[in-house]
Amino acid sequence: MTALARTPDATATAPLLRLRGIRKSYGPVQALRGVDLDIAAGQVHALVGDNGAGKSTLIKVMSGSVHADAGQIEFDGRPVRLHSPAAAAGLGIATVYQDLALCENLDVVANLFLGREFSDRPLIGSLRRLREPQMHRRAQQTLDSLSIRIPSLRTPVGSLSGGQRQAVAVGRAVLWGSRLVLLDEPTAALGVEQTAQVLRLIRDVAARGLAVLVISHSLPDVFQVADQISVLRLGANAGTFDRRATSAQAIVAAITGGLGIEGAM
Amino acid sequence: MNSFRHSAAHPPAAAPAAAAPGQPQAAGAAPGQPQAAGALEDSERAAGTRRGLTGRITGDGRLDLGPVAVLIGIALIWIFFQAQDGNFLSSRNLSNLVLQLAVTCILALGVVLVLIAGEIDLSLGSVTGMCGVLLGVLLTQHGWPAWAAIIVTLALGLAAGLLQGLVTVLVGVPSFLVTLGGFLTFFGVQLALVGSAGQISIADPSVIAIANDYVAKALSWIAVAVIAVLLAALQVARRSAWRREGLQQPAWRGVLAVALPVAGLIIVVGYLNQYLGVPYLLVILLALIGGLGWVTQRSVYGRHLYAVGGNAEAARRAGVRVGAIRVSVLAASGLLAGLAGVVSASRLYAVDSNLGGGTLLLEAIAAAVIGGTSLFGGRGRIYHALLGAIVIESVENGLDLLGQSAATKNIATGIILVLAVCIDSVNRRRQAHTR
Repeated sequence: MTALARTPDATATAPLLRLRGIRKSYGPVQALRGVDLDIAAGQVHALVGDNGAGKSTLIKVMSGSVHADAGQIEFDGRPVRLHSPAAAAGLGIATVYQDLALCENLDVVANLFLGREFSDRPLIGSLRRLREPQMHRRAQQTLDSLSIRIPSLRTPVGSLSGGQRQAVAVGRAVLWGSRLVLLDEPTAALGVEQTAQVLRLIRDVAARGLAVLVISHSLPDVFQVADQISVLRLGANAGTFDRRATSAQAIVAAITGGLGIEGAM
Repeated sequence: MNSFRHSAAHPPAAAPAAAAPGQPQAAGAAPGQPQAAGALEDSERAAGTRRGLTGRITGDGRLDLGPVAVLIGIALIWIFFQAQDGNFLSSRNLSNLVLQLAVTCILALGVVLVLIAGEIDLSLGSVTGMCGVLLGVLLTQHGWPAWAAIIVTLALGLAAGLLQGLVTVLVGVPSFLVTLGGFLTFFGVQLALVGSAGQISIADPSVIAIANDYVAKALSWIAVAVIAVLLAALQVARRSAWRREGLQQPAWRGVLAVALPVAGLIIVVGYLNQYLGVPYLLVILLALIGGLGWVTQRSVYGRHLYAVGGNAEAARRAGVRVGAIRVSVLAASGLLAGLAGVVSASRLYAVDSNLGGGTLLLEAIAAAVIGGTSLFGGRGRIYHALLGAIVIESVENGLDLLGQSAATKNIATGIILVLAVCIDSVNRRRQAHTR
């Protein structure tokens, strides 16, 4: 009875992903020195910090491509081990890498469904016929629901703009039913207009109830898109801030270690 | 007067050329359909009519132009040789051309597959030679029945490709180097198989029939009718599948997807039937092109093939079994080379240490590239093999008719290859600018 009552309760209040005391060393270099992080569903969580602060290592731990030396990871209130990208993907953690991992020679639909194509049962051997109409419709629905506008779903991704490619990569994470989307510098290579589009898209994704973690160097972008801002400094927490209750100065101070912000965690 | 009528009869005669490519293209036009559904949006419908015919999954603007440019090239070559020698476009010579281009085309099919996945296979010629000689040894020296000898020969080609694929993937050596080693190794095996015999003649009637027999004329027309009905049925089913998802494609695309290949078939079959009929080899070629076209454009495997060639790392992260894909294309090209060996043996009535040597490998690769397949992976279509083979073999055949030497033929083929690649590059650059 209590167990039954607890589960929905836990999902409602507890964060979707909870990291505690995550440590990772590369030889003598301590990349992460006991990092805590809580990411809630329906929110955009920004991760900021100077170069070498451990952001990339942390996102790799969350996406399963780097194994932490120590620390606990809870997903949906349950302890989990993210020993491989496949394990993370299985839980619904999708990573949009900086290089986007798109095939430029394939069209939008093919990229959205790559590795998870809709298909009929095998015909001969393991040859399965693609179910193009179904994929096309699903792709269209998903992109429409995210207000992603792409001239034609049959355009090769190589001929899309940077912002559109980012949108396709994010759309793929949403389409695959992810619950947590990790974005590594999504606006790094984009112009002003495209950056605005991608930030709007990130908000839309969170509004669907997904948890979003964004790594970014751009504080204006972070302030525009994030609900929570966590700062890493030298592989350790340097504070988590509510965007509405903080200022760019406070964040910069936390990033650079000025003004006694250290120990805010 | 007579000659006037003769030449007037030739434009339709030229049509089979345009139509034969139209064939595989239609095999590709079927793949064009899913893309066609992209035409839901008006903006896209305005994007151009020809695009829908050639498809766009693999294609940027480059591929959309490709087949048309090649078809124009073929038309020019044919017109040129017809002007030089009135026999060039005769049904007898075109029938001969089909037989000539078969081996190059079969090998080029393997090249296209391998190139799409971003690999290369330099052992194709040697595997062809090795397999052809093995067939001769089994038939002539060991007296095997034709079917058993053919199966074992094809298995050897498959095994050779599989072995190279496994080394490429498991050890992580570029296929360029592995198949370069294979090129030498399998040529060595070929020499060993020939032994002191020098030349092994082939007399088995059913093996000889492969490259030297023709489909009965009545039967060929029945086959055309059956294919037409099947294509139409397929098209109707496809359109209703799209409609079930609330997506509509313009009707003319569906009509063209059936009408073009069927019209092409009728012209080709009609013209070839004026001579001895449709060679079995053409049936084999079209079946291969149709089958492989389906696999590359319609199946999950084909989708993954393009993904691996386009961005192997992205494909790997998406869960595509990149290694398995790479092994499979090299195995497939080995199998096709084995088939090319069987066809060569059948065509030449004999096998020796020269089989599969000379410029065969380079012509096969050139055919794929002239047809429009990229050397850099991720871009190419199965029908490119046929288009390119038609170009290369038309030039060879035409120069043969004119009594030109091998020197001239090599120079001409080489220039055409460079020309094709240049046109291609210019096209691509221009498209990139207008985009």
